[in-house]
Formats: sequence, C-alpha cells, structure tokens
Amino acid sequence: MNFKLKTLALAILGATAVVAQAGSNLGPYAPVTDARLENPESKNWLMYRGNYSGWGYSPLDKINTANVKKLTLAWSSATGVTEGHQAPPIVNNGYMYVTTPNAQVIAFNAKTGKEIWRYKKEIPADLLMLHNTNRGVALYGNKVYVATVDSHLIALDAVTGKVVWDKEVGDVKALSYITLAPLAAKGKILVGSSGGETGVRGFVAAFDADTGKEAWRTFMTAAPGTPGGDTWPGDTHKQGGASVWITGTYDAKNNIAYWGTGNPAPWPTEGRKGDNLYSTSVVALNVDNGDIKGHHQYHHNDAWDWDEVSAPVLVDTKIKGRKVNGAIHAGRNGYLWMLDRQQSGKIDFVNAIPYVHNDVFTSIDSKTGRPSYSAERTPGMGKAVNFCPSLWGGKDWPPEAWNPKTKLFYIPANNNLCSELPKADEITYKKGDLYIGYPIDGVLGSLRYKDGKKPATIGELQAWDLNTGKLAWVHKFDRPIWSPLLTTGGNLIFTGGTNDKIFRAFDAKTGKVLWEYNMPSGVTAVPSSFEIDGEQYIAVQAGWGIDAQRMQSGIDALDAQVTMVPQGGTVMVFKLGK
Amino acid sequence: MKQRIFDKTEATSPPESACATNTDRRRVISIMATGLVSPIALTPGSAHAQPAAQLMVDASAEADFKPLRPDDIQMMKPILAFPFDAETGTPKKESRLNKMVVIRLPEEKMTPETRARSVAGVVAYSSICTHQGCDVKTWMSKESVLACYCHASKFDLFDGAKVVAGPASSALRAIPLVLNGEFLSIAAPLPPKAGE
Repeated sequence: MNFKLKTLALAILGATAVVAQAGSNLGPYAPVTDARLENPESKNWLMYRGNYSGWGYSPLDKINTANVKKLTLAWSSATGVTEGHQAPPIVNNGYMYVTTPNAQVIAFNAKTGKEIWRYKKEIPADLLMLHNTNRGVALYGNKVYVATVDSHLIALDAVTGKVVWDKEVGDVKALSYITLAPLAAKGKILVGSSGGETGVRGFVAAFDADTGKEAWRTFMTAAPGTPGGDTWPGDTHKQGGASVWITGTYDAKNNIAYWGTGNPAPWPTEGRKGDNLYSTSVVALNVDNGDIKGHHQYHHNDAWDWDEVSAPVLVDTKIKGRKVNGAIHAGRNGYLWMLDRQQSGKIDFVNAIPYVHNDVFTSIDSKTGRPSYSAERTPGMGKAVNFCPSLWGGKDWPPEAWNPKTKLFYIPANNNLCSELPKADEITYKKGDLYIGYPIDGVLGSLRYKDGKKPATIGELQAWDLNTGKLAWVHKFDRPIWSPLLTTGGNLIFTGGTNDKIFRAFDAKTGKVLWEYNMPSGVTAVPSSFEIDGEQYIAVQAGWGIDAQRMQSGIDALDAQVTMVPQGGTVMVFKLGK
Repeated sequence: MKQRIFDKTEATSPPESACATNTDRRRVISIMATGLVSPIALTPGSAHAQPAAQLMVDASAEADFKPLRPDDIQMMKPILAFPFDAETGTPKKESRLNKMVVIRLPEEKMTPETRARSVAGVVAYSSICTHQGCDVKTWMSKESVLACYCHASKFDLFDGAKVVAGPASSALRAIPLVLNGEFLSIAAPLPPKAGE
C-alpha cells in the first residue's frame, strides 16, 4: 500500500477525534498543575475520586439535605455504546471529560452538554474483552490521558481531542489490558494492568506526561532474590497475577502512591504455596522511581478470588482513640481495614472489623493483622468448598467514600452472598487463554445465598465511625448493589448501583433516602460534582454491564428468573430546579 | 508506532472500512469479519467456484494435526476447532475469529433446522460470542446450554444457538456440517451475513 493510501486508510480506520462545531462559550483551557491536583478547587472534579486521597467528596453544599428534592435534569447525552459505564465525569473549568467502554473519550461543555469532541480508539476486532469498561481520564497540563482495554496509554489534546502520543503498555496478545483511570503526579502518568485471570503479571508503570516515555515499571509479584521473592515457588510469580485495575491514591507530601492489588493466579493455591507477595495487598510506591516503600497484605495466599484492588482511602483521623495517618480499605474479603501510613512508606496495622459475613477468617493477629483461615472454607484441589463472602466479596471495585464533615466512612457492601467452587482442575499457562484453574461452568454457577435461602436483604450502604469501629447507620436493599459513592458538603451521598435503574441521594448523617431518579439504564459509574456560574451540578453515567450484570446472572440462576436491565450509556447531569 | 497500529487494524478491520485495499485482501478481511474462514473464499482465484472440502482440526492441537471425525466429538463435551488447510496440513488459525465450537448432542432434542446442519449428532457454531467476542466454550450441564465465560450469555445449541440468557443480542453463527469421507467437513456455501 502506498503512502497516500495508508494515510487515507489511517484517517478512515484509525483512532479519530471529531471536533464539534464551535459555540460552546468555553474560556481558555486552564492547565492542570501539581499544585491544583494537590489542592483541587471545590468547583472542579479534576480526578477519579475528586482528590488524591480518594475521598469521593465534593465540598460543594449548594445542593443539600434541605433542597435535594428539587434536583432536576440539566442535560443528558447518549454515549453511543453499551456495556458497563463506570467512569466519573471529570471537570476542569467547564470542560467535562467522560470515558466509556471501547476506550472512547467524549469532551462536553459541562454547563450546556454540548459535545466538543469525541475520540474513538479502533479496538482490534479479535480482542477478547473480559471487562470492556473504562474508569475515566487523568488531567495534567493541557492534556487528557486515557488507558485502554487494548493496553495503550494515550495522551490527547484537552481542547481538540487530537492524539499527542500513544504508547503500548502491555502485551495485548497475552490479554493484558487496562480499565483504570490513570494517576497524574509530578510529571508522570501512572497506570496499572488488568489480566490476573489470564496469567498476566501485574504491574504499575509510569510514563513521562509530555513524551510518553516509560520512566519505570514495578511488578506486583516479587521475583526471586528480591524482598518477598521467597513467597512464590519456582517461576510461579511470572504468571502470578496481582493485577492493578483501580487508580492509586497519592500522598503528595511524602511522594508516595498507594495501590491495591488483585488475587494471585491461578485461583487454586496448590501450585503456589506461600504468601504470594504482593498480591491482595496495598503497596506503597515512590512516584519518582517506582521503588516499593512499604506494603500490607490483607490476606495471604488467596484462594477465593478476593482482589483487593481498591486503593486505600487516605484519611488522617482518630482510630481507637489514637490519631493516625490512616489508609482505610473495605476489603473484598469482607473486613474493614484501618492502617497507619508512616512517612517512610511503611504501613502498620491498626484495626480490622468484619463489615459483612465472613466464614473463612478464624482470627486476626492483633499486632500484624494477619488472618488465620478455616481449612474447610479454603477451596482447592480435590474438594468443592462453600465460603462467604462470594467471589465478588463484601465490596468489589465500587469505591468507598469519606466525608470530613460527618466524619463517617461509607461502604457500598453486599452481604449474605457466598460462593461454592467445585474441585479445581490441573492447569497449565497458555498465553492468551484463561488461567483460572476451576471448571468455568462451576465459576459461572458459583453464587450461593448464605444459609441456602434467599435473604431479605443483600446490598448495604454502610456508614462507619472509624474511631469507635461502630456502624453509625446502614441502609439495606433487597438486591445487590454496585454503587460507587459520591458524598458532599451538603451532607449528601449520591449513588446508583441497583438493577431497578434508580439513582438516589441519601442523608449522609442518617442514611435516609431524600431523592430518587429513574435513569435510562442501571448506574454503576462513579458520580462527581462541580460548579459553574454559581450553580452546583451532580453528574454520573448510566450504563449497566460487566460484573453487575454477571452477579445478576448468578442471582437469576438461584431464583430461576431472568432480570432484564437495559444497556446503553447516557451522561446524566443534574442541578436544582427553580 | 502508528505504522504498527495500522498493520494491526488492517488485519482485523470490518470490510466496510477496507475500501482502499485490493480485492483479495478485502475478501479475506470480509471472511474474517464474519467470524469464519469459509472454504470458498480461501480457494485462490475461485470466489464463486465450487468449494474444496473444508475439514476441521482440534484447536488445542500443537502438532500432528488430524482432521476431526464425528467419533472424535464426545456427547455434550464441546471442543474448539479451526478450519484445516489441506495444502499445508495446518489449522487456519491466523485469526481467533476462525474458531468454532463443535459438540455432539442428542439428535432427538434438536429442532429440524439444527438437525439438518448436523452430522451424526455433531453440530458446529462460531465460538466467538456475539456480545464482546470472547470464546464461547463452556457447557452448562444442568441447563444444557453453552455459556460465555466472560459475561454469562447462554446459547441453546439445540435450536440454532439462539440466546436464552445474558447480554448477547444474537445467536452464534451456525456452521452447517457434512460428512466428507470419514471426516467432518464444513458445508458450503455458508449463508451470507451483512457485510459479505
């Protein structure tokens, strides 16, 4: 093919950004600096969880418990794709950026909903997509960064959507992929890998924000001869999983990013006896060079597919009466973990409390936080085993939230669900194939109700007092929830997550439902809040799919029913009615 | 970098995007986009000629490739297969979109249309899920359906692989089989699909 034809074909086939007509009345783009990211303006939502600490908190209070009933749709816009929409609308002075499945980025005028540009990456037609989703962009300088399901990291011009650079991050043929929103800090863009179920060795990698040049890459399974290398037999660390598929939190003062890691691979433990560091852990990384400065493993030698990928929420507060620089994590293993961050990066255990039913842990060491396991609740070769919580855990990826005004920590939990895994298979690694180790029909049909009967409630929006370790309130649902949380200075919590497509506002002090809205599809995306011209907005994507859909299939199998939740993405933006 | 992305794109693009390519390439791309390499199109210079026999081979075989016989397929135990290139004696596995799922089922439970496509109780379908492209290969014995491990779409193989649960919106593509001597063979021509 000659050059002209190649150019033509590239224009037709390749990743394209379509710039909409002018008239959006947006001012010049305000570059995103380290200083702004460290102290984000309350009127903006500059990153995945609103701030580096991962709070999911907007200080804005114009929408509050007294007037939230007047909340009404300001504008909406279809994304044009189906499957699980999970990304928050990220807003910088009127420019809004939304990502969708198929690695699409849409830029809007946040006030009017007018589309500014749309970037679509050409995804290989033969790509096998285990989790076709995307959890949002990172903003830095004048660029927007998106990491893709075919394992690229791409820098786009924030105003035009044009590709500035495009870097391949992982081996897509090995089914390495990316779903998280990148983390931007100190001139670098950090991403992590998905692919634990396909034997990809998990990593966090950093790239120069200007050029895309790789600065460092740190693997999350320890190699022989390095600290933790003796926790994997032989070469098992090479396909050991420990994926990183949720954005890290960041302590700018100490220049340390905290990342959660997934389960070790394959699922049965027989071939990988040992703690399998740094799987199912929080890992503290120096952002300049990727050095591991500390870690805490929530549970060792995982046998339950309990990824602990949610990065800990960084909260400086009292725990058990003692002031700590907290790292708080609602574990997929069903325990609420309270850890203390040292300046050096070392992480100390403080407290752990079960927030849903867990029948696997028999005790927790009070000094180290290391759990002991019930052998009969530990699946593996030669036996079918029932355990609680389920494969999806007490909480899967949907992020918790911290409200500094209520001083409560909020968890979107699923209780009363368990799993039964059949006898494990012998398995050998094959590039580009599943590396799980259990018969897949057994995995697909693994969901069980606790005590074998349909429980009255499953989903629980919980509010915890971290100091006392007591549950302040809980709102229970008669169905599962996949509910990323937003909490605000107006004493509110916003979240969706149920199969009835309802998006709700709760009183953050009492858990009372104050407002509901029937959305076009189920909401499993992260909500955000921002302010333009003195008006506060609440924004979220509707778009059911991925694991919420999978868990629903499991429930439907138990209940002998079929639940239809319509798919299709829509950006929904709300403000107070007059 | 862009060149490499282009190469990747070119090899896997839908046919409507491939207008700048030559006829042969467009034909191959078109075939790949349908999810199956058909015997007609891969016979050089014979787009409309009578097809050669298109045998099949176990996708898990690494060497010593042998075309599949009906007796190789066990009752309700699906295997994945690739079309077999008789000239080179190797599977046509340049694209995973060529993968088929082959299974033996009780004939008396099949609809007449499905039975007409079967040989000795053996049926074949494209194994590429119509939802997100994962390999569909998991037999759920309690429900007697084939399930996709990615998002749990379920397909009724007794009735043209129509969707019975999950997010997939259309059936797996049916691959009619005939007996070619002692071997399973893909009947041709395959019914057309949009874009062909």
